[in-house]
Amino acid sequence: MTDLVIIGGGPAGMSAAVAAYEAGIRDILILERDNSLGGILQQCIHNGFGLHKFGQELTGPEYAWKYEEKVKELNIPYKLNTMVLDITSDKVITATNATDGVFCIQAKAVILAMGCRERSKGALNIPGSRPAGIYSAGTAQKLVNMKGYMPGKNVVILGSGDIGLIMARRMTLEGAKVHAVCELMPYSGGLARNIEQCLNDFNIPLKLSHTVTKIHGKGRVEAVTISKVDENRKPIPGTEEFIPCDTLLLSVGLIPENELSKSADVTLDRITGGAVVDQNRQTSAEGIFACGNVLHVHDLVDFVSDEAEIAGKAAADYINGRVDEKTNVTIKTDGKVRYTVPQVITSKKDVTVYFRVADVFRNAKITVSGNGEVLLSKKKPKLAPGEMESIKLKKELFENCSEITFALEV
Amino acid sequence: MFDAVVIGAGVVGAMAARELTKNGMKVCVLERENDVAMGATKANSAIVHAGFDAKEGSLKAELNVKGSVMMEQVAKELGVKYKRNGSLVIGFNEEDKKTVEELYERGTKNGVKNLEVIDRARLKEIEPNIGDGAICALYAPTGAIICPYELTLAAIGNAMDNGAELKCNFEVSAIEKTDNGYKVYSGEDFVEAEIVINAAGLYSDTIASMIGDNSFKVTPRRGEYILLDRECGNLTSHTIFRTPSKMGKGILVSPTVDGNLLTGPTSVNIEDKEDKDTTAEGFAHIIKETFENVNNVPFNKTITSFCGLRAAGDTGDFIITSPSKGFINLAGIESPGLSASPAIAKKVTDMLKEQGYTLEENKDFNPIREPMHGFKDLSVEEKNEIIKKDKTFGRIICRCETVTEGEILRAIRTNPRPSDLDGVKRRTRAQMGRCQGGFCSPYIMELLAKENNISIEEVTKSGSGSIMITGKTKDAQ
Repeated sequence: MTDLVIIGGGPAGMSAAVAAYEAGIRDILILERDNSLGGILQQCIHNGFGLHKFGQELTGPEYAWKYEEKVKELNIPYKLNTMVLDITSDKVITATNATDGVFCIQAKAVILAMGCRERSKGALNIPGSRPAGIYSAGTAQKLVNMKGYMPGKNVVILGSGDIGLIMARRMTLEGAKVHAVCELMPYSGGLARNIEQCLNDFNIPLKLSHTVTKIHGKGRVEAVTISKVDENRKPIPGTEEFIPCDTLLLSVGLIPENELSKSADVTLDRITGGAVVDQNRQTSAEGIFACGNVLHVHDLVDFVSDEAEIAGKAAADYINGRVDEKTNVTIKTDGKVRYTVPQVITSKKDVTVYFRVADVFRNAKITVSGNGEVLLSKKKPKLAPGEMESIKLKKELFENCSEITFALEV
Repeated sequence: MFDAVVIGAGVVGAMAARELTKNGMKVCVLERENDVAMGATKANSAIVHAGFDAKEGSLKAELNVKGSVMMEQVAKELGVKYKRNGSLVIGFNEEDKKTVEELYERGTKNGVKNLEVIDRARLKEIEPNIGDGAICALYAPTGAIICPYELTLAAIGNAMDNGAELKCNFEVSAIEKTDNGYKVYSGEDFVEAEIVINAAGLYSDTIASMIGDNSFKVTPRRGEYILLDRECGNLTSHTIFRTPSKMGKGILVSPTVDGNLLTGPTSVNIEDKEDKDTTAEGFAHIIKETFENVNNVPFNKTITSFCGLRAAGDTGDFIITSPSKGFINLAGIESPGLSASPAIAKKVTDMLKEQGYTLEENKDFNPIREPMHGFKDLSVEEKNEIIKKDKTFGRIICRCETVTEGEILRAIRTNPRPSDLDGVKRRTRAQMGRCQGGFCSPYIMELLAKENNISIEEVTKSGSGSIMITGKTKDAQ
């Protein structure tokens, strides 16, 4: 029996471990599938991490090292190159690695911190051939930054997610020519600072409302056809543009990796793709918590660390049998607000609710209402799907509600 | 000098090569691509048809019914997954109902066992997600599913383990008749054999014409498919066909032996034998008909889409002929070719015997091949037994399909050895899951480079020209 098993040794897993340790838990085990702690941060060698958390601009590996150092200093045990194969709802974890073989652990509490994966080309049904030279932006990033290999020389990028933007700059710095970044939506899903620093500074055109409508090439990509799309995101005939290139990078969305959560019968949120959680980041399965990109995709790793601290501390409380005064408030959204995390509030204490909006909105008012009246409202000059928002709710505010709604007035 | 040369390492060529090897022949298989199973075999519906479809008296009918019966045993010997999941041909109106009844009659005449015409109530009972518009169905409990490239890899591998040779990247350019057989050329290179089996799929007409046989023509028929995530594989348990019309068999929905859900194919005759492009119209057609067949198919769980070219002959039937002694055409082997393939192989040996060749059973022939994947389905104890001997089986490389390093290395070292990423994918399922190799392909590239003693720049996705890496970064240079 182990008190706390954390699945994933990336930024979420490590800060959850440290938080649980600081809350008094000593019997912790982190299971990490890669050959080092740090997760995806290890390949994010650009800077911009840690502004909120540490007040300085760090690279991904530097940010990861801050936590790795702590994990090592506190002697928190971890196993590398270890893949978790299964988690049951009563918290039995089956994992495998080359030294221990396949083994099982019964945990008192589990924190899910597996991160996310990129949506693949397959999911997009792009017509044309299936040559080599089509990579997700993250795979390209791994090849360039971790392995020293160039995946191509003449590049078109589909999707303007942050990894795509970062890779546009990275490939350019390595001598490749990035011909265009195409974005299906009329706005970019990436951070404003990345559009400025990764595209505009290098004169890389961002083509909004454009998509790739055909892939050409037998062995290797030889060209792509891109087209403008209408307001229903359907390609407009006659707008085709043929771009010769040898590489197509995809940055078309991230998907929380919840296959293990499903094996543990954790209820998932259709919108976030992650677990439905309460303010403690506890899932529908008692004693199983989730944090980081496996719960919902974050823009900044700093917020991942914050969230993981909540989960780590809550898991410690759970193991120690500490409970808050209970309530049960469901948080609904109006669609303009796409989702919130947490989705339920189960204890009577102040809570910060994180949320994302579904479109770009200007001069909008966020309202939180319950029992037919507006409990709280806040004006925002600009809201965009790419930037996560948050609102702090005092416990008095939702005390008498069984349901509250996050909505947007525009 | 070989006894027999088989041109084409698709399922038809592979099964023929194995059968000939079993019958004591020294066989060489010639394949123009970088790997086996690269033509229609790679991209089809993966169905072992019961045999009610083909017209009674045709070769298609005879060999389908025979092959379908033989397939279970063949799959068992070759360690290939095979599942008799049963198939349904659903009808949406009175006209369809008549077709369903005709198929029942035809199937019964063809010798298909246990066919049944069922009403909506029964249909709904055995297939709860069946489309709301379906009113009746032909139920064929002997219909089955199999993975066509897994079968082909295993058949070629087993033939090779028993002495057969495989030459990839050998595109036949000419055939010369000699005193005691044939000389088969690829440019300057050639292979000599007494017997030539033409199993060249789309190009079997070209091959036949090399010895002056211009009696048939093969047309590529485009078939596009959409494959869904394994979490959708239990949406239906049977293979669901529509009633065939003048426009073809229509779109089917079927679970695969590996647990995915397969939808397709479109059916369009085209000119270009190399044009495997998917199309927006094709996708729209698949999605529309799938929604009629089965309720709530979640296309947002698509993991890949692909296009296969079926080798459609111009006679309406399989073209199994011998234009010259020792030369056998296995042409126009479109659906139900996969189902018929064990019976076609048997027919080849029968034809050769009739032509006076002596075929003697190879007493040393071992028909058994160990399954190449499925490690993940073993018990914890069985896994640990293997990991104790070989640590690489403890290390997962492909997360989505839980494929270990040990399985990948084993596949790279086993006949027929893969030399590219897609080859590893078809043998192990690594890169075939929901992330489509996003995480594991860089590792597999390195394993391939190391095992095959080539540089990473030489690793390809799928043979010639399909390089993965164009060079090193500035720092690495």
